[in-house]
Amino acid sequence: MSIPTTLTVNGVKRTIEIDDPRVTLLDLLREHLDLTGTKKGCDRGQCGACTIIVDGRRINSCLALAISHDGADVLTIEGVAQGGRLHPVQEAFVAHDGLQCGFCTPGQIMSAIGLIQEGWAGADPERVREGMSGNLCRCGAYQGITEAILEAQNAIGAASRRKVA
Amino acid sequence: MKTFDYVRPATVREAVVAASQPGAAYLAAGTNLLDLMKGGIARPSRLVDISRLPGLDRIEELADGGVRIGALVRNADLAHDVTFSRRFPAVAEALLSGASAQLRNAATVGGNLLQRTRCAYFYDVAGACNKRDAGSGCDARGGENRLHAILGWSESCIATNPSDFCVPLVALDAVVEVEGRAGRRENPLETFHRLPGDAPERESMLEPCEMIVAVRLPAEAAQFAGHARYLKVRERTSYAFAVVSAAAALRVLDDTIVEARLALGGVAMKPWRAREAESMLAGAPADCSVFHRAAAAALADAKPAGDNSFKIELARRIVVRALNLAATGTPARVSALPASPFASISGDSVHA
Repeated sequence: MSIPTTLTVNGVKRTIEIDDPRVTLLDLLREHLDLTGTKKGCDRGQCGACTIIVDGRRINSCLALAISHDGADVLTIEGVAQGGRLHPVQEAFVAHDGLQCGFCTPGQIMSAIGLIQEGWAGADPERVREGMSGNLCRCGAYQGITEAILEAQNAIGAASRRKVA
Repeated sequence: MKTFDYVRPATVREAVVAASQPGAAYLAAGTNLLDLMKGGIARPSRLVDISRLPGLDRIEELADGGVRIGALVRNADLAHDVTFSRRFPAVAEALLSGASAQLRNAATVGGNLLQRTRCAYFYDVAGACNKRDAGSGCDARGGENRLHAILGWSESCIATNPSDFCVPLVALDAVVEVEGRAGRRENPLETFHRLPGDAPERESMLEPCEMIVAVRLPAEAAQFAGHARYLKVRERTSYAFAVVSAAAALRVLDDTIVEARLALGGVAMKPWRAREAESMLAGAPADCSVFHRAAAAALADAKPAGDNSFKIELARRIVVRALNLAATGTPARVSALPASPFASISGDSVHA
């Protein structure tokens, strides 16, 4: 059985022949499209390392069947930098040491971008931590991650205010 | 994971027909089902993908003042819907206390009602579990069972229902709409889930190939909006299932309780409505001694299924505290730590 599935991945339309219905979005990205920035940690929705943004929402790609997402718009860590310039969340993670080993970082950054878009955490560090509880960091870089998200949110807010003005 | 064939019907009717084949399972977001399939606990031979069925992703205000929530509404969308959360704040708080932001963005209303227990022995395919494999026995009885049931359990199964969402829903008289080969019918949520008895493999009143299409809340449920809370003790502050939880909702007039609703989570294989406690609260003053008596009544039939007698006292205390919080009044905004005992009553941050 081969099922053609079309996805827009980081702005590029891709049609993939899925030969096994069990393929998750995570495996599709890593094994079929060579986009290995998205990490497989637990593969069971517990660690958040596989977080990507699908149709504007952050989800665990390990618990999403690829064939069920035909037509979806997918954003991964490989698609967030613009023209060689890091995304503000990436810049803030570097500035605040929001990582140590880096394995969870793509998932952390995609989750943070999702959280900032959702807009419900505001400038409250407690709400940021709560909103990021689906992303585990075994190195324990949580303090830096929270600071990075708060700063990136400010930077993104300031940039959009400049655009409006 | 066992392989399966995959179909994506265009209508509810087609979905029901597609699911009438033995071994078929409905797929919505798959946040629970895929996990179970990866572990070999669920082994469907066909997935009927209902995630795109039209008309099931709406939150509708009904003419009688009730609300109808489509089975495919995402947990996050319901919790963040301003009108809904204002009218049913305990439901929004319960939703936001469950899972993670990523999972809430995907998981659906219907899927939440049908999520499977988190009993470790249910997940361990090498062990005995009457729920997973009828008649095989229950390894939880003599195993690690400090988080298991204290109400409504049987010798064949001591697991609990993990849903937060269902706890305030059952307190507020939610109704489940289902559709199957015989057409559409509805059932109160209170009798939707089954207690284990001697058939723990049957978890709900759904017949084969029936699917949930919507959940309704009656207009009266919104009358509790000013005094409605969900409180959930977990082993960590966020992203954990309940050890014990409670939804409390009051209608209060001049410090007297006119009507009370109370339900417990994490204590049984279904969301546990505490009707006797509700009757005791109605007409009583909204004070702590009354709440203690109501808590004792709510747990009167509780007995430990194993190494979990602490949950009985914990549940009493959670009931008292949830009633106190409800009496104090619903905060203007869901707390930074939804439903957490560590959250401040006002909803402001504790540690900011």
